[in-house]
Amino acid sequence: MKKILAIVLAALMVFALAACGEVKPDVSDGGNEGQPAGEKVVKIGVFEPASGDNGAGGKQETLGIQYANEKTPTVKIGEDEYKVEVIYADNGSSNDKAPTAAQSLISAGCSIILGSYGSGVSIAASDTFKDSGVAAIGVTCTNPQVTEGNSHYFRICFLDPFQGTVLANLASSEFKASKAYILTKLGDDYSTGLGYNFKQAFEALGGTVVEESFQEGNADFTAFLNTAKSQECDVIFAPTSTEAAQLIIEQSATQGISVPLLAGDTWDSNVILNAAKGKDVKIYVTTFYQEGGNADFDNGFKDWINADATHLSNNGGDDTVAAVSAMGYDAYYVALEAIKAAGSTDKGAIKDILGSVSYTGVTGEIKFDETGDAIRDTAYVKTANTETGAWDFVREQGVN
Amino acid sequence: MIGKLFSTCLPYILSGISVGGQYALIAIGYTMVYGILRLINFAHGDIFMVAGLIMVYSNVALTPLFMNMGLSAGSAFIVSIISSVVIVLVLTVILGLTIEKAAYRPLRNAPRMSVMISAIGVSYLIQNAAIYITGGLAKPYPASGAAMPWLSDQITIGSTSIKRVTVITPILTILLVVALVLLIKKTKIGMAMRAVSKDFRTSRLMGIEVNNVISVTFFIGSFLAAVGSLLYFTNYASVTPTSGAMPGLKAFVAAVFGGIGSVPGAVVGAFIIGICENILKGLDNILSTAGVFKDGFTFGFATFSDAFTFILLIVILCVKPTGLFGEKNTDKV
Repeated sequence: MKKILAIVLAALMVFALAACGEVKPDVSDGGNEGQPAGEKVVKIGVFEPASGDNGAGGKQETLGIQYANEKTPTVKIGEDEYKVEVIYADNGSSNDKAPTAAQSLISAGCSIILGSYGSGVSIAASDTFKDSGVAAIGVTCTNPQVTEGNSHYFRICFLDPFQGTVLANLASSEFKASKAYILTKLGDDYSTGLGYNFKQAFEALGGTVVEESFQEGNADFTAFLNTAKSQECDVIFAPTSTEAAQLIIEQSATQGISVPLLAGDTWDSNVILNAAKGKDVKIYVTTFYQEGGNADFDNGFKDWINADATHLSNNGGDDTVAAVSAMGYDAYYVALEAIKAAGSTDKGAIKDILGSVSYTGVTGEIKFDETGDAIRDTAYVKTANTETGAWDFVREQGVN
Repeated sequence: MIGKLFSTCLPYILSGISVGGQYALIAIGYTMVYGILRLINFAHGDIFMVAGLIMVYSNVALTPLFMNMGLSAGSAFIVSIISSVVIVLVLTVILGLTIEKAAYRPLRNAPRMSVMISAIGVSYLIQNAAIYITGGLAKPYPASGAAMPWLSDQITIGSTSIKRVTVITPILTILLVVALVLLIKKTKIGMAMRAVSKDFRTSRLMGIEVNNVISVTFFIGSFLAAVGSLLYFTNYASVTPTSGAMPGLKAFVAAVFGGIGSVPGAVVGAFIIGICENILKGLDNILSTAGVFKDGFTFGFATFSDAFTFILLIVILCVKPTGLFGEKNTDKV
């Protein structure tokens, strides 16, 4: 009896595996040739985290892309109308899952890749994209290493040296800070990179810094915040994921920390607003887009979010327009421009032409320099209004 | 000088004691199951995480329900929290018992390694199920934009402001542990537990229902994990599918440190680890207040706080494999 059971179980497993094996070719078969006659398809891969530390942000960025895709589901290449199929892969916010997710997009036959939220995963997957000859557009990954020394990775947002300087300027001009506490996450390229750039800029302005870092999976920030408090720092700079941010905000409110918390683009999320609501904290972030910058986009996007419960929950439960959604929206159109300019769905042709594409989107003009970075010179500074639970615009800030 | 040093250390020690209490509640589950089954229940940390998620979801479901019954938003929330606490305790215990029945009991006579692998399997199953259900995102605890009533109120000790739960945790932990030790030492079921942990087969011959004893062990372990999760997540206000992994691992280290199989050992071990870890996180600051570091403030001790926990594990295993309070292993031939 037991033997029969074991054999049946083993057989079931084999079938399950075989079934898995069969699904895959199905997906990749849907390439340019395998389509039913009359419908031509071009595929755009979305390489974003839907789980893990950066899941919340990744989902918001994906929403922007999804919205753009629903608004403009086709693209004209030459004379032919092509349907744009968006293929999603979850990189799990993790550097070791990233190449697999990237590979799945390539196997699916994507002509161009968008993403990712989070610089670490973009860097980790970069070689996979490079080997297959597909171009990738970084939407909000700000670490310089993403585009440095390669010809296939582009990006439409500003960079950390710029953002770090902006934040350092903000700290010293707005808050008259002379001592800053920097808290970064070990092994996170975005966090350590931005922390380093902030430190450089802040020290150049004559300030001193106290630097500490925490590890993956750390939930107790009280010790770090205590240190910041007893070292009498004037600002706390914490470029972390929103997941850690929730805890940092919560715990700094409990500790009675009265100095402002500064952070980069990642914190521009309603996760932060919800965490800060009703608490006695001051939060300032720099970001790519300020809600209200383009009323058409804002309203359209809000209606679209509110119309679907899944979208609403992916956006964090309300209809705040995250800057990353606006960036995702623009990235999609940049990709369409590139496909149009290349005049084909061939990934090589798209990659070659992408550098010369320019586009004016809701977040401003997008144009690439030689490294493949967008030329951007302003960031928006926002502060969390802890009463209304919304972002208040502070000002536009450049590097000067 | 001394006064300033003390006030610098105090917050770290307080949060260390609190963290220690939370580790202790989880560690007891590890140590009791090990004492009786010689099994390291790797799924224990995940049971702890699930307890957190149950709280979140039951609140989402119950608050509107009570509001429909005519309560105001504020009191509906409080009633919902109280009933959720009960639900969390009950469901977590049921989960623990189910895991034992489904994944460990059929392997009772299998080699010990098979049960261990089964435990690892259960752990991953729970984590992945949680990723699927939550969508992989952090859930605010106990509800979006709300804090635990009373427990997360701010109080001030000296110049340090902390949540009330920080003080409650060690007290509650010690009360529960005293109750547990009394249960093990004084009651019939406690005697049966001790007998089973000494010798599985003989106690069965003596008429002890071994399966019942094991179920009680899992009952207690899961119950304490649920209490631990209430305290832990009140402090750290968000639950992710991997929230249980790190506390689980550290509680396991605490159990080994104190001598796996010994309940008081696990508690002492947990407090030592919690306090050491937090002092290490603040060591840079403490040393610079004490004037040891003159300029150049950071040495980066905070970075090593996790490493410390695991170095401790290795040292203990090398020097005193049975831990602080562990029984001597007398293998009978």
